[in-house]
Amino acid sequence: MSTTTEKARGPRKAGAAPSPAAGGSRGRKPSMGVQNAAGWLFSTPFLVLFTVFMAFPILATLVMSFTDFGLRNVTRPWEAEFIGFENYVNLFGDEKFLKSLFNTGYFVVIGVPLTIGIGLVVAVLLNNGIDRARTFFRVGFYAPVVTTIVAVAVVWRFVLDPSDGLIAGLFSEVGWTAPDFLGSETLAMPSLIVMAVWRNVGTVMVLFIAGLQAIPTEVREAAKLDGASVWQEFRSITIPLLRPTVLYATVITTIGYLNVFEEPFVMTQGGPSDSTLTVSLNMYREGFNFFHMGYASAMAYVLFVVIMGITVLQLRLLKDNTK
Amino acid sequence: MSATSSKAPVEPLKSRAPKQRSASRPVVYTLLSLGLLVMSAPFLWMGLSAFKTQSELSASPPVWIPTEWTLENFRQLLDKLDLPLYFMNSVIVAVLVTVSNLVFCSMLGYALAKLNFVGRNKIFGLVLGALMVPGNLMLLPLFVLMSKLQLIDSYAGLVLPFAAGAFGVFLMRQFMQSIPDELLEAARMDGASEWYIFWRIVMPLVKPALATLSIFTFLGSWNNFVWPLIATNDPDKYTLPVALATFATDPNKAGGSNGMLMAGAFLIVLPVLVVFIALQRHFTQGIATAGMK
Repeated sequence: MSTTTEKARGPRKAGAAPSPAAGGSRGRKPSMGVQNAAGWLFSTPFLVLFTVFMAFPILATLVMSFTDFGLRNVTRPWEAEFIGFENYVNLFGDEKFLKSLFNTGYFVVIGVPLTIGIGLVVAVLLNNGIDRARTFFRVGFYAPVVTTIVAVAVVWRFVLDPSDGLIAGLFSEVGWTAPDFLGSETLAMPSLIVMAVWRNVGTVMVLFIAGLQAIPTEVREAAKLDGASVWQEFRSITIPLLRPTVLYATVITTIGYLNVFEEPFVMTQGGPSDSTLTVSLNMYREGFNFFHMGYASAMAYVLFVVIMGITVLQLRLLKDNTK
Repeated sequence: MSATSSKAPVEPLKSRAPKQRSASRPVVYTLLSLGLLVMSAPFLWMGLSAFKTQSELSASPPVWIPTEWTLENFRQLLDKLDLPLYFMNSVIVAVLVTVSNLVFCSMLGYALAKLNFVGRNKIFGLVLGALMVPGNLMLLPLFVLMSKLQLIDSYAGLVLPFAAGAFGVFLMRQFMQSIPDELLEAARMDGASEWYIFWRIVMPLVKPALATLSIFTFLGSWNNFVWPLIATNDPDKYTLPVALATFATDPNKAGGSNGMLMAGAFLIVLPVLVVFIALQRHFTQGIATAGMK
């Protein structure tokens, strides 16, 4: 029986994993039919939710981006008109959008290296000579990651407050006057970056600790016996063996920062003078404050393409260097 | 290299290595302690400020530690903001999201890890793809869809888009793959149904993974902001972050009262921190598992 079913399914099953129990033909081994049915039954709930709340919206955003979808179309979507690439063309003549694109790039270019660098340093410090206190420090550095970002952003607004904030207090201890961090066009974005680094260093640190612990101790011991200094060991053993972790941490941090939304929404509302207006915040405003949903959809897709492009680039650049 | 010739140079090196470590240890501790101070400063500032009086809050130079601890900020905040209601909204949404993720992600995780079926690789590819798609890409049509379904300002509207996530599927699949096939084969020989195997044999074996997934999903939902912001217009359906953000960004409401805002942040952040510290092992485990494909 089992031979006939396998024959019947032979061509279709060509690429799948080998049957686990090819040897034991006795007993009540379930036929492939049973596994097929079960597999699909177990997949169905996820696939239904995925289709309705993810796949469909992703495609719908694409379709909407070629229409003039507006407020009235929320109740009558079919009345939206196709306008081809007009939204996309308009985007690249829209100074506000270009500024939000620049701001997002600024956030990523400064924020990602800082996050990865500090996370790596903390992980290496925690992995060297600290045993008893490791958990204590790890908890401390990871705590900001789990806290509610809106609450934390509210706290940071107060920390940076030029008159009665924490930083203002530190400045006045040494006789300086604190600048108006969030009210200054040049300082607002760096302030948001500092907060983002503070919040995300913990994730990167945990990834690096896991990566460091996967490096066999013999390799390090061997380097020490050969007389390698701490720095040499770090440069020629730790860094190369940690490369996959660096790659993964860089990719997820970049994707997260390209989508930055809550920090500017709560702390600066995009100001002053749009200096902290990010693409996501811009999209939210166009879509849900002004109901220019077609236009906002085009924005979402431009951001998506940028994210995909940068991710592919990072994967390629960092992978090629492995040799 | 012969044993005799290598003995001499190795000796001093061996004794140097630990010495170097112990010499750098104070440096390491100092650096880490400084870092930890910077990391915890905003939390300390929040915790202390929540209990300051109005005059101490606006004092210049600032008062670091309140001289008379007061609950006035909390009282005022609770007067203006129905926090118990928002707290319940957040809890209800987070519990529903977590339970549905545990069930649906485990089901698909089991199928992907242990069932040999046509289309399995394609579904796994779909899951990996879904991991990479940014949430922003779905917001606009999702809002239109929810409006059409009349689910704006409902718990269903807040829960359904997050009822099953790709991260959960991935996590469960990773853990379930380590269960030996022989065990499942034996159960099948004994006539156990796939559902029985999944529910009675596999699920109990992956309890640590389920714990990790529940913590991550619950917190993800608790901290989620963008979708609840979009999917609620009625203040009675706000979740905690939406209520706090609306309060904080509206100058007519908070009126620049940092005391009330710190009290609000304190009430939202404290439970999360307590849960995190109690269960911290699961957090790091989850991050590490997801990172080491």
